Amino acid sequence: MQTRLTEDELVVQDAFGTFFANESPSAVVREAEQSGGFSPNLWAGLVAMGGPGMALPGSLGGGDATLCDLAVVADTYGANLAPVPLIEHAVAARLLATIGGHDELVGALANGTPVATMALRAPVDGVTRFVPAGAVADVVLAHTDDGIVLSRSTPPSEALPNTGGLPLAHRSLDGDIVSTDHATWDRAVDEWRALTAAAYVGLGRRVIAMGVEYSRERIQFGVPIGTFQALQQGYADASTRVEGAHLLAHRAAWALEAERADASRLAGMALLFAAEAARFAADRSMQYHGGYGFSEEYDVQLYHRRATAWILQLGDPSVEYARLADAEFGPRADGEAA
Amino acid sequence: MDFSFSSEAEAFRDEVRAFLAANLTEEMIEATHDGTMHIPALHQAMADRGWLAGPVPAELGGGGRSALESVILNEEMQLARAPIDAMAVTVIVAAILLEHGNDHLKRNVVPRLLDGSSLSCFGYSEPEFGSDVASAKTKAERDGDEWLINGAKMWTTMAHIADSVLLLTRTDPDVAKHKGLTFFLVPLDTPGIEIQPVPTMATERSNATFYDNVRLDDEWRVGDVNGGWAVMKTALKYERGIAGGQFPSPPVIDAAADWAHNHARPDGTKPIDDPTVREKLMRALIDVEVCRGFAYHCADLANEGVMFGVEGSMTKLFASETYKRHCRDFHDMMGAEGLLTHESPDAHLGGRIEENLRHSPVTAIYGGTSEINRNVVAEGHLGMPRAR
Repeated sequence: MQTRLTEDELVVQDAFGTFFANESPSAVVREAEQSGGFSPNLWAGLVAMGGPGMALPGSLGGGDATLCDLAVVADTYGANLAPVPLIEHAVAARLLATIGGHDELVGALANGTPVATMALRAPVDGVTRFVPAGAVADVVLAHTDDGIVLSRSTPPSEALPNTGGLPLAHRSLDGDIVSTDHATWDRAVDEWRALTAAAYVGLGRRVIAMGVEYSRERIQFGVPIGTFQALQQGYADASTRVEGAHLLAHRAAWALEAERADASRLAGMALLFAAEAARFAADRSMQYHGGYGFSEEYDVQLYHRRATAWILQLGDPSVEYARLADAEFGPRADGEAA
Repeated sequence: MDFSFSSEAEAFRDEVRAFLAANLTEEMIEATHDGTMHIPALHQAMADRGWLAGPVPAELGGGGRSALESVILNEEMQLARAPIDAMAVTVIVAAILLEHGNDHLKRNVVPRLLDGSSLSCFGYSEPEFGSDVASAKTKAERDGDEWLINGAKMWTTMAHIADSVLLLTRTDPDVAKHKGLTFFLVPLDTPGIEIQPVPTMATERSNATFYDNVRLDDEWRVGDVNGGWAVMKTALKYERGIAGGQFPSPPVIDAAADWAHNHARPDGTKPIDDPTVREKLMRALIDVEVCRGFAYHCADLANEGVMFGVEGSMTKLFASETYKRHCRDFHDMMGAEGLLTHESPDAHLGGRIEENLRHSPVTAIYGGTSEINRNVVAEGHLGMPRAR
């Protein structure tokens, strides 16, 4: 039992935390919003860091890092709202490596070109809608009743305008079934859940830190607003939930890595809890920023919108609760499984 | 990070489960409806296994069980609905005496606390001072070789079955409030002590205790004169995060799931087929996993010798506040049937959810209110200025 980051994980945290802090300041996030939610420069820098391929097998050109390491990176990524599809790309590439038979492509993905993603919605009539990173990914993995489809095509030049400034796009699928192992797909989506949960923790911690800093500078009634208990109690609640999410997100990543029986359950729980914790943190921080937080000028609105958006790429959170409940209690009597 | 348990810890969990299956009966739990949340036979059986001494550090003469195993013990006891209040308080007092006490206390009191033959209780809060406990004004004055104690304490729960109280007193009224405090372990059969019951909204009773010219030898003093706040910090270190209270919800969730599966509403539907009920159950189960993360994190920090004030406060805050919500949600789910109390033969599972609903508010109050714990997080974790 070690509930603190290991020495190795601290090294990873330091390296990627520094990288994203330097290379993904809010100016980069804002600029990317104007161009489809993707920063090619940041992606190139991340490739130079070995980020996209770090958790791929060394035999395929990857870095042999664990999902736990990747969760540490996801945290630093979330803290800086990095406008690159790190999680989708890493999970899609790992899925393809697991499926096997695509060594050349996986090797290319380890080097960040092409960009890959996974469609979180099943395709209808050959089109899968709202693909995360769908506006920038050449390689799209999707799941149908028949199996996992690998589709390679040129991404659209524009993203769907959306709350989170994310590179979302609808994509036509044009490719072959590369696996009929549905459990492999489910596992990949669980990896997405655990890593997105970790990213939410980074987002939540940062949006609280921004608010606490602002509370030292903003003077009302002659004193810094951070001296008011009303703010302190709200930030303490938010911080408690985010730290709880941190422990759950990393436990989920560890359980997936160790292939434990409860891994899928924990991954689903971690995403729901972390998303709600981060949304609460963003709500408190915006509230305690007052009117300025609502203005475009302040960064808290960037965090608030992404806290809202990330989990919705998977769908309505209520459906996620229902899915977990089906696994926990069995299906409902009317047979309507989530 | 690594959330796996050592084989020793897994074996200890198995041992605790087997022990509780063999030693904890429904009749014992039933008997706590007299308001005293203590099962003497269970307490003694645990003492006989050395489990009371377990959490006390080996270098202080205790069992030296890892903090993680202490959390496992508390977790399994709470899952099995065994009351842990008197046990936890007694063990914490023993640990405090071993860390701050003199030879008399270590030799004559601690062994009896750890062998099951003696219980202790806390005497911190007063009628006028609860969260602001450092303002306590129960007075201890030198009188020759003795101390003379006068004052009153509130919420001295278990005092009516305990042999001693760990008493926070004012020994210097002329210095900053934290610097004029001294602790004593006061035998409750000392002349001048009166114990009055304080009935509560819940099943459990508490007590008010009154001290009228109570005379004590200096050998009952715990820690330095005017050094009481250092003792208090040790007490809170054990109380929040490790000693218990991290897992109040599972028995309520179990009862709720049982009700949801096996009872029909007036319209003939079962709650378990209602998506809103299913979501509430899932949310509660997620909260329990978050509590696990916090509890194991505190244990991990304790094993590393890290002082975990903030983490203990987060654990206590989250566990108690979510427990209140779970009780509310599932009491609501049962509708009018949920109103039936333990006395009703028709109450579901002996009125377990109803009873927890009435008990739950106090968990966000005792041992440090949610507001005080949020202050700890705001100051200690977020670096915000002290505000009262």
